Amino acid sequence: MFKDITIGQYYPTGSYVHELDPRTKILATLALIVGLFIINTFVPYIYIVAFILGVVYVSKVPLGYVLKGLKPLRVLILFTFIINVFMSQGDIIWSIGPLNATREGIYKALFMAIRLILLVVGTSILTLTTSPISLTDGIEQLLNPMKKIGVPAHELAMMMTIALRFIPTLLEETEKIMKAQMARGADFESGNVISRAKGLVPLLVPLFISAFRRADELAMAMEARCYRGGENRTKMKELKMDRGDTIALATTALLLVILVVHRTVL
Amino acid sequence: MSIKIENLTYVYNPGSPFETKALEDINIEIESGEFIGLIGHTGSGKSTLIQHLNGLIKPTSGKIVINGIDITEKTVKLSDIRRKVGLVFQYPEHQLFEETVYKDIAFGPQNLGLSETEIDQRVREAMELVKLPFDELRDRSPFELSGGQKRRVAIAGVFAMKPEVLVLDEPTSGLDPRTRDEVLDEIKTLHDRYKNTVILVSHSMEDVAKLVDRVIVMHNGKVIFSGTPREVFKETETLESIGLGVPQISYLVKALKKKNINLREDIFTVEEAKEEILKWIRSNKNV
Ligand SMILES: Nc1ncnc2c1ncn2[C@@H]1O[C@H](COP(=O)(O)OP(=O)(O)O)[C@@H](O)[C@H]1O
Ligand SMILES: [Mg+2]
Repeated sequence: MFKDITIGQYYPTGSYVHELDPRTKILATLALIVGLFIINTFVPYIYIVAFILGVVYVSKVPLGYVLKGLKPLRVLILFTFIINVFMSQGDIIWSIGPLNATREGIYKALFMAIRLILLVVGTSILTLTTSPISLTDGIEQLLNPMKKIGVPAHELAMMMTIALRFIPTLLEETEKIMKAQMARGADFESGNVISRAKGLVPLLVPLFISAFRRADELAMAMEARCYRGGENRTKMKELKMDRGDTIALATTALLLVILVVHRTVL
Repeated sequence: MSIKIENLTYVYNPGSPFETKALEDINIEIESGEFIGLIGHTGSGKSTLIQHLNGLIKPTSGKIVINGIDITEKTVKLSDIRRKVGLVFQYPEHQLFEETVYKDIAFGPQNLGLSETEIDQRVREAMELVKLPFDELRDRSPFELSGGQKRRVAIAGVFAMKPEVLVLDEPTSGLDPRTRDEVLDEIKTLHDRYKNTVILVSHSMEDVAKLVDRVIVMHNGKVIFSGTPREVFKETETLESIGLGVPQISYLVKALKKKNINLREDIFTVEEAKEEILKWIRSNKNV
């Protein structure tokens, strides 16, 4: 039922990309996002696509699997595309009813659609190649300097770790309860909006109950092992940047420079 | 209702690194009214197999024919199959959701579109079957009951649908020994009363031995034995090698035989063993 959801799923292959320090990958992803917003023409997309394809190749994650992450978002992408086609001013080339498709609209729609696709693909590479634990470790380390201004870096990271850890569990639980209720004749698929919403009660009640029970058990287990938050806590795995990280960061920086140069000079 | 499973194979997450072949080339035939014990170690594919029986999972390849209808065909209405094949999942108490015990048990029958009087009738009957006092518990919240009672409410919820085929996935896991025996007895009573087909999934030989007509043993997604408990429990070595073993009492009988106490070998319930041992003692006295 939920097998299409690949966003946020780890795909272990043990490649060079997987071995990188999570901070490197987080920074590179941020750089890629910034890069996608720097450019304003189609041509520089070539650099970004080449970069992403290169990373996917090195990561050994099948390209088809990476692209599967787009599937749940296809409606959103299509919607953005259509809105842009019809909502822009310019040369009208085609119209139905009060709606006018413009040349500028199509240009902008394509541009936005590609940006959205690359955003999703770029960020899913981060989660596909980084285990949730090291991802939050990386975020915690990156946020560490901000502790001085009162950002609870450790607590935020712990919350994220727990949330990420429980996404698959909750999906599994949802699927199990859905099946159990379907076996009792529950129908989650047909009917109007109201009867569908009502139909969710047999799913949501057990789901909430089990989520609270799990939260309770987890809290108890953490306290039983004397968890008291981030103060004086040491790490089992210290994060360390090495030469590979330098190369990766340098390559990403190079991409950013090229994008900036392309925008300002050409 | 007869069930026929032909060349059934099922793969979880095909084409991803988490690909698991859970079932491989399963062939099973079950006659109407049989009481089947489906046993196998954890992970042997029991739960995956039974979810095929009412179309909750679609086979990767193979057929499931129920009463002559191949339910893997697209044209088959799954809601019809689901009213005939009832499934009690493992830890069924996790699916309770209503405010009262009565309403929760009535959920299934309501989805069948039965009349209020018929529903009332069925809830009473189901609660009587699982030995829950109707008047005392009908308006209680299912969440404030004991673990054993919750389990019974959940099982009653499926009993009340009066399925022609009843499948129970490890209905006794996590119960104390006494409640376990009671629940098994209740399932037996139901089978005796309605003569429906029952498939009892378990990893405990003890549970299954004294109840069922036929045992189907699974290992690594395959069926490795199928036959009466007597036939299957003879294969002590194989059963042990796949982590199942035979009922405790069979070991006692074997140990006694080693001491030259001459007993039948195919004994697997305590009652049978008692009879045999008494018989042996008596025959010895006469000598
Ligand atoms: N939802 C699932 N996703 C992926 N693999 C699964 C899932 N459910 C079961 N499996 C795998 O399928 C195999 C059979 O599991 P299951 O049918 O639950 O066995 P059993 O009920 O006999 O313990 C196991 O290897 C298990 O890890
Ligand atoms: Mg199971």
